Amino acid sequence: MRKRTNIRMSGLGGQGAVTAAHVMAMAANKDGKFSISNPFFGAEKRMAPAESYCRIGSERIYDRGELVYPDIIMVFHPQVITLQKSYTAPFYSGIKKGGVLIINSNSELLSEEDKAYLANLNVSVYTFDGTSLAIEIAGTELSSNMAMIGAVAGISKVVTLESLDLAIQERFGKKFVASGGTASLDEAIKKKFAKKEQLLAKNMATIRKSYELAAAWAESEKLAVAV
Amino acid sequence: MANELSEVQRSLIGKQNKKGQTYTDPQHLFFEAPRTPAFFTGSEVIKEAIRRASVDVMVAYPITPQSEAAALIGELYAEGYVADYMRGESEFAVMGQCAGAAFGGARVFTTTAGPGTMRAFENFPMWVGSRLPIQVIVTCRGINSPLSIQPDTLEMYFLLGTGMLVWHAETAQDFFDWILKGYIVAEQPDVHLPIAVCCDGFFVTHTKDTVLLTPPEMCLPPYDPYRSPVPCMDMETPPVRMMRDPFVMKSNYISYMTHASWQEETRGACERSRKHTIPMIGGLIEAENTDAEILIVASGTAVSQGREAIRLLEDEGIRVGLVKVKTLRPWPGQEIREATKNAKHIFVPEFNVIGWLAQEVKATIPDNHRVIAGPHVAGGMTMPAEVIVEAIQKALGRHVTTLAGRGS
Repeated sequence: MRKRTNIRMSGLGGQGAVTAAHVMAMAANKDGKFSISNPFFGAEKRMAPAESYCRIGSERIYDRGELVYPDIIMVFHPQVITLQKSYTAPFYSGIKKGGVLIINSNSELLSEEDKAYLANLNVSVYTFDGTSLAIEIAGTELSSNMAMIGAVAGISKVVTLESLDLAIQERFGKKFVASGGTASLDEAIKKKFAKKEQLLAKNMATIRKSYELAAAWAESEKLAVAV
Repeated sequence: MANELSEVQRSLIGKQNKKGQTYTDPQHLFFEAPRTPAFFTGSEVIKEAIRRASVDVMVAYPITPQSEAAALIGELYAEGYVADYMRGESEFAVMGQCAGAAFGGARVFTTTAGPGTMRAFENFPMWVGSRLPIQVIVTCRGINSPLSIQPDTLEMYFLLGTGMLVWHAETAQDFFDWILKGYIVAEQPDVHLPIAVCCDGFFVTHTKDTVLLTPPEMCLPPYDPYRSPVPCMDMETPPVRMMRDPFVMKSNYISYMTHASWQEETRGACERSRKHTIPMIGGLIEAENTDAEILIVASGTAVSQGREAIRLLEDEGIRVGLVKVKTLRPWPGQEIREATKNAKHIFVPEFNVIGWLAQEVKATIPDNHRVIAGPHVAGGMTMPAEVIVEAIQKALGRHVTTLAGRGS
């Protein structure tokens, strides 16, 4: 059993990368594992680089701050790669041998050089169109982060769907202040849905669908990442 | 006796406040009351501590990374858990308002960070000289240009000379406990000083972690202003007598003596806080495996990174001990001398460019060539455990495979 799974989430301001790390850590906590999540960003503004980190393990976690050596890297937006909107250059810097890269994109973004570097480290790459999936199921691109949560959970199995369901309810079921920016974003996403129950259900449906697709991919790749 | 309550405070134990919370003996609240785990950000934990702290006045001003905590305490005010809450015009104004409220007999709370701490600074030694037991949370961040909102502990270096009590929390759990315990220690008549409870911003404030909370229906007894060692400001002792006492304003021998003796006294008060602090937070330091030849001495998040480094080194067969420095003021010199006596190499990892903790340790122990100041990061940079491991291996003359850093 692995002691620790380190997940680095690179996104853009407004995409919900911070929320995704919180939800993953809360779900792991509900599964009885040790977990920690923390964000890293500059001034809070849309489309600026925003990263968050989620550490999940079978023993107490002390490590804080940027995840320099992740097992899993999640890319929430193509600009993380194409415009170098990440805190590390290149965006996969520090990834561990046998790691996993999850990219939300509808097109191929990696250069031949990138692919050779990652193949050398035996890193598996899962590229999928999470934003289209979110629009299709939840009816809004604001649920892209839910598609990303489903993907990382489906591939890594570090958290269960049951715990994700509970974590989503806790995160969106009551008022939550992670930062001034997240508070106003919460208000924005609530306006997209007629009722809070609908928001919870659609987000969870997005997570489930993405989980299934990613789990099937992981099965075909014979991946095992879970702590 | 340590951490005693006044007669007025004791008479309130068991009675309820207007929110239905029971004033609880601090010893019972801290060490006997049941605890419930919660998975919270550090900002939420600050709110939960203040919910239980019987705070009269909170003054708020936004600056990352303390803004969320300040806003959450605004919610506590709306719910009726904090008697008064106001927004200052700047950090300087905030600390002045805090002084006014404390002079008036209130238990006062505020939060600041980085450039805000620096802007507020004139007030901190003034609080000390006026013996105001205000609690300020300092969520450290970069203070220099270029700008950084990420953790850097340089501002704590400046706080060390103010005469305040300065504690450095490692985790949200420390924060929850120390905010509450800090009031009890700071308000003792033989201490009666302001206290800065510091943490590394973001790594504590914005990190979700498991924290064991005391029951929300129990709270601290309120502040008793008549425990102040200087005349408590009331209708018979108006502020004009405190602030404009004429002979202190003159330049003559007696005024110099007054200043000098009072500064000695306030620093003595800080030293006297030891006997209250030690039973409260389990000693001024925490020491593990100090028989090892290699030691890490650290405070704040650097302790956490040190703990991870110790695990990694253990896998390589290198045994490393740890000293967590909880209080910078009072400075645990004797404790550190004792804990480091066996060590051949003492590493002091820090989140600031100057290495102030290493300076303090060097000034404290014999054979201080044993102290290796570092590794350091600054300006908000993370310190991965691997960096500490690398520094230790290098110092031991071991072969080091250079780690892939940023930009590689």
